[in-house]
Amino acid sequence: MIRFENVSVQYDKSEPVLKDLSFHIQKGEKVGLIGANGAGKTTLMNALLGLLPHEGTIEVEGIEVEKQNLPEIRKRLGFVFQNSDNQMFMPTVYEDMSFAPLNYGHSKEQVDRMIDDVLEQLELSELKYRHNHRISGGEKRMAAIATILVMRPHVILMDEPTASLDPYNRRKVIDVMRSFDRTMLVTSHDLDMIVDTCQRVILLSRGRIVADGKTDVILHDKALLEANRMELPFRWSGNRE
Amino acid sequence: MNKAEKSLYEIREMDDLAAGDSPVHRLWPLSKFFVTIAYIITVMSFHKYDLNGLFVYVLYPVVMFQLSGVPVRTFFRKMRIVLPLVIAVGVFNPVFDRDILLYVGKVGVSGGVVSMVTLILKGVFALMASFILVATTPIDDLCAALRMIRVPAVIVSLLLLTYRYIGVLTEEVAIMTNAYHLRAPGQKGIHISAWGSFLGQLLLRSMDRANELYASMQLRGFQGNFYYREGKKARFADILFLVLMIAVFVFLRFFPLAAWIGKLVVR
Repeated sequence: MIRFENVSVQYDKSEPVLKDLSFHIQKGEKVGLIGANGAGKTTLMNALLGLLPHEGTIEVEGIEVEKQNLPEIRKRLGFVFQNSDNQMFMPTVYEDMSFAPLNYGHSKEQVDRMIDDVLEQLELSELKYRHNHRISGGEKRMAAIATILVMRPHVILMDEPTASLDPYNRRKVIDVMRSFDRTMLVTSHDLDMIVDTCQRVILLSRGRIVADGKTDVILHDKALLEANRMELPFRWSGNRE
Repeated sequence: MNKAEKSLYEIREMDDLAAGDSPVHRLWPLSKFFVTIAYIITVMSFHKYDLNGLFVYVLYPVVMFQLSGVPVRTFFRKMRIVLPLVIAVGVFNPVFDRDILLYVGKVGVSGGVVSMVTLILKGVFALMASFILVATTPIDDLCAALRMIRVPAVIVSLLLLTYRYIGVLTEEVAIMTNAYHLRAPGQKGIHISAWGSFLGQLLLRSMDRANELYASMQLRGFQGNFYYREGKKARFADILFLVLMIAVFVFLRFFPLAAWIGKLVVR
């Protein structure tokens, strides 16, 4: 489904941000990409989306991430930004949701149907005609996810999906993520969310993969996490009452 | 709320006004667009001394404000910066043109005063008509209408993106201004020594945000063309409005209605 083969990314002539990364993600897998600040998580996402030039090979469903393939690649990938304000630029939720399907040539009737389906699935129908600047942070995050789901992407990429959400909205986003029936790659520092949503974790440190395996194995490894400037998930830290 | 936040609020207020529902909001955007253009052309075509003929044109904005439910005070509030400029255009006419043109009672009114008032009215009427158009038509509908009349896609996209990015820029200014004032209490405005770094930071931050927004567009299939939501279809009432209003404007342009009513009253 997604294949990284000896991928490196370098900004200008500085030290590479990603160094010789290789991994595969199978269809239907839900993978958490974790690591301290500056580990290269967002850079990896951007390289996968074709927003950054890279060395090595990145493939999505057998299509190489290259300039001429980007429209095809991006049709398959749905990316939820960390900051929903930067993702949603149309005046209303409805218009934002219709942006991608209209670009991909769906008719107005089809688009309306697709939007209604997704809003119903996420129980967000009341947001349909709301102005983006008038909805709360939590609603905006859910609406941002809706704008991606309406594209019917094969892979969902999420950058810090629970960042700056209150507990109620965080839980709501986690429930939605658990309900996804497609391949998912999530970057986050919220390790409890990763435990709840991903079966596999890739731990990055200074642009390299230092661990790749089952979530409950890696996220139980206190020594490994602390060596990479991270901590055990709250639920396994022993701090719970 | 700092000035930038107020500006942001005003931009969003326009979006809210445009999203309203009234007979004027429901009109076909292209009808409103052409009627506005016709109105501005006819208003501008009046001679500088033809105050009588021009005056009846106040009816169009007044009726449109009433029907649309857009408060007139909102217009004057939003135009507070432009209106003085409009007034300033003719302010020197009374100095240069001193010939007495008419008498009000025993007071002579010079041609300069009449032409100044005419110029001010022309400017205010044109602004009012444009404001009504923008305040009752969402920007996307307006852009869709412009595409329908074959305005090049690149120009329409530019218009739409400029409108959107003004908001982005203003948001960044608001955040930075707040951050500045929280660490410079009691200071009025931004000190001149900080202008350079303030503007530099603003540019960098705006570029970052603009890049993110553009990435969001690219990742959702944007390849240079906006697909505007299917515009409202023209109804019989929309065409009637268009034809009728243009006919009225042309009629009033050549028939001195104000003078005719005046004569009736005098008789």
